[in-house]
Amino acid sequence: MTRLPDLIPDAKLKLPKQVERTLAGGLTVIAIRRPAVPLVEMRLRVPFGRAPLPRATLLSQALFTGTGTMSSVDIAAELQKVGGGLSAGLDPDRLLITGNALASGLDRMLELLAAVLTDPAYPNDEVATERERLVDHIQVALSQPAHLARTALLKRMYGRHPYAVQTPEPEQVRSVRPAQLRALHADRVRPEGSVLVLVGDLNPEKAIDAAEKALGSWTGPGKDGDMPATPELVSGPLVLVDRPGAVQSSLRMALPALGRTDPDYAALQLANLVFGGYFSSRWVENMREDKGYTYGPHTSIEHFLAGSALLVAAEVATEVTGPSLLETLYELGRIASLPPGADELEQARRYALGTLRLGMSTQAGLAGLASMYASFGLRLDYLSEYSVALTKATRDQVAEVAARFLAPSRAITVVLGDAERVAAPLAALTTVERG
Amino acid sequence: MARKIKIPATKYPVERFTLDNGLRVVLTPDRSAPVVGVAVVYDVGIRSEPEGRTGFAHLFEHLMFQGSENLEKLAHFRHVQGAGGTFNGSTHLDYTDYFEVLPSGALERALFLEADRMRGPRLTEENLQNQIDVVKEEIRVNVLNRPYGGFPWLKLPPVLFATFPNEHDGYGSFGDLDSATVDDAKAFFDRYYACGNATLAVAGDFDVAQATEMIRRHFGDVPARPAPSLPDFDEPDLTAERRDVYTDRLAPLPGVASAWRVPDPIGDFAQYLPFVVLAEVLTDGDASRLVDRLVQRDRSVTSIGGYIGFMGDEFQVRNPTALLLQAHMPPGGDADKVLRTVDEELDRLVADGLTAGELERTQARIATHLLRDTDAVLGRALPMAVLELQRGRPEMLNDLPRLVGEVTEEQIVAAAATLRPERRATVEVLPGAMA
Repeated sequence: MTRLPDLIPDAKLKLPKQVERTLAGGLTVIAIRRPAVPLVEMRLRVPFGRAPLPRATLLSQALFTGTGTMSSVDIAAELQKVGGGLSAGLDPDRLLITGNALASGLDRMLELLAAVLTDPAYPNDEVATERERLVDHIQVALSQPAHLARTALLKRMYGRHPYAVQTPEPEQVRSVRPAQLRALHADRVRPEGSVLVLVGDLNPEKAIDAAEKALGSWTGPGKDGDMPATPELVSGPLVLVDRPGAVQSSLRMALPALGRTDPDYAALQLANLVFGGYFSSRWVENMREDKGYTYGPHTSIEHFLAGSALLVAAEVATEVTGPSLLETLYELGRIASLPPGADELEQARRYALGTLRLGMSTQAGLAGLASMYASFGLRLDYLSEYSVALTKATRDQVAEVAARFLAPSRAITVVLGDAERVAAPLAALTTVERG
Repeated sequence: MARKIKIPATKYPVERFTLDNGLRVVLTPDRSAPVVGVAVVYDVGIRSEPEGRTGFAHLFEHLMFQGSENLEKLAHFRHVQGAGGTFNGSTHLDYTDYFEVLPSGALERALFLEADRMRGPRLTEENLQNQIDVVKEEIRVNVLNRPYGGFPWLKLPPVLFATFPNEHDGYGSFGDLDSATVDDAKAFFDRYYACGNATLAVAGDFDVAQATEMIRRHFGDVPARPAPSLPDFDEPDLTAERRDVYTDRLAPLPGVASAWRVPDPIGDFAQYLPFVVLAEVLTDGDASRLVDRLVQRDRSVTSIGGYIGFMGDEFQVRNPTALLLQAHMPPGGDADKVLRTVDEELDRLVADGLTAGELERTQARIATHLLRDTDAVLGRALPMAVLELQRGRPEMLNDLPRLVGEVTEEQIVAAAATLRPERRATVEVLPGAMA
């Protein structure tokens, strides 16, 4: 028998140097040097809360269709020349533009970004193409169980709050006109409140100078989306959404959660990990490695600007849908009722601290973290505070937040599956209503 | 006006040695982030599984996580994650990989864990049945319960190939999975999981001398067993076009995918590499030929992608393999029309060559993708382990951007000229769901 080698304790968390400047137009630029590979990563988040969903979604799809002087092909080709690429996405709070290029192409990528931001054309033909593509894309999403289950869960969680619907209907997209995109762009794609993050093989001061030069003409007041706080989750009957013939059921739950800056957040994240937030958690070991009900069950805390929630997700075989809910309720009940073991808490703590380092170990990882935190008004030094909070959280604290947040009585539950086969087994455990 | 950009390179150092038991080791230190990546790759994959045991290589991969000489079931996961790390494994056509990414202080632990299972997994009836259940759920999530499951990676090989190793379903039939036995697993391990049939690569924050000592200590006493002789899976190219069509009851829109055989990626690398670049000339971004024509101008597809190797692993696949194009179409889309347009564009490329700057910008973008992958410790450990296994040349990872940059227009044109309809295998997916 060979003994498991000891771990060498981690050195103190070292944050990369970052430089920050807010430009005259209101754009905040953060630059971080990590020269490991000769590339640059770029992230731009623009506040977009409460923007009309069909238009905002199509805008994100059509952002690179053309400028006053360039076609979509020109933009793509010019980016490629410097090894670059840009793409855009949307969440309920932000428009996110992601890019990367060879390090020597940073200035050019910023120029092209500036052209897209300040001189958008939304040409009629190209917008029509992107509109049809988006409709097709949504049609495909509507056939995917993960998408359908999330749609049902969001509706149940958020009711009349704007977060309740995060994908537009195909018909809504079909009616969006190019002029509406131009108007939305003029209204909302604004520098004030936006944050540009640049990470890579760069000199931070010079990178910010380059951003200032390229984006100096991007001006105008930002518009506050004025997102109301999310409503409190109200538990109730399990919502069963029928998907006839499905060979698996999509089990989803939502539980309340805390924002990242709450003093109890680290303890809640540890409770989440012990419960289901990583492979070596109680729920995953039970559902997968003991019962074989599912392949990739997972839980995570999802943060939006106006609120956070803890989400539970598993795709389980149709014939074990009832037993899967049973085990899930059992594990939630267990973590809400009894303090975690000292060993399992230490294991979760080390996982949280270690993966934090892994996440910072690449240019893309750093850029994603810096941008995501910045959109919540935080900077990378939050990671140091968070590390300390993770290190200090006690068993009692974790037990206390678990009792408050992970109690099965507080859960909203949605199951997407073959109702004819799963309704009765689910009804044996809880009240079921059809969604 | 075309500013030609210089394609940069990485200079990751590479140390190689072979232990007395035949295990080949690659060390590639880089201390820019406090993390290490450990990869062990065995020279066996989907193509080597016996008839009547489809899916066995993948099922066996799962069994390698179920305990070993000094480790109970669940211990591997807990020891990696309890060290702050992450793990996984994946089964490819020609190899199976196992890997961890961890804070650097956990390197020895990862080496211990990999060495322990290299001596032999704990193969029990209970664990086998459990993992058969888990694998079935994996297949349901990724293939049976979603639209376009297995398209085209499981659907196209039987059209392009005629021999069992190349054409069969690598996920496996439920019947074959159910008939797998512990004895099958023992025989599979004995035959293929010899240390002479494996490579170990370590990337990231470590000292070469210390790591070498640890590797000798942990792996040195793994018993030497002879490696099986490398099979030749080659088979004749198509002599006439082959087509297949099937209905996906969950898919809302039609799709089509084609494949053409390409030169031996290892034996004939110089002839092969132009196809890698050609795939990107055809489909990388809005300025690529097929995206511009089919998506933007004709609107006959909503998306199109091109790549080499059924799993997209162009530098980690052996002969025989293929260049693939796959497209999703709008409602009522016409696969024949799409194929005719692809032929037309290939003819045009062959007749007229490339446009000014087209090759250079495509090469620059490929370089960014390659460099970006290597920024992650696993993006070095994994490919270097496979390059060592298949070519004895792990340092080739540093050379790939340059080699891609040396591909000439004449080579691209010659490659395109081989993509004739009579050498093409095509599979069409028809929508079976109401959109």
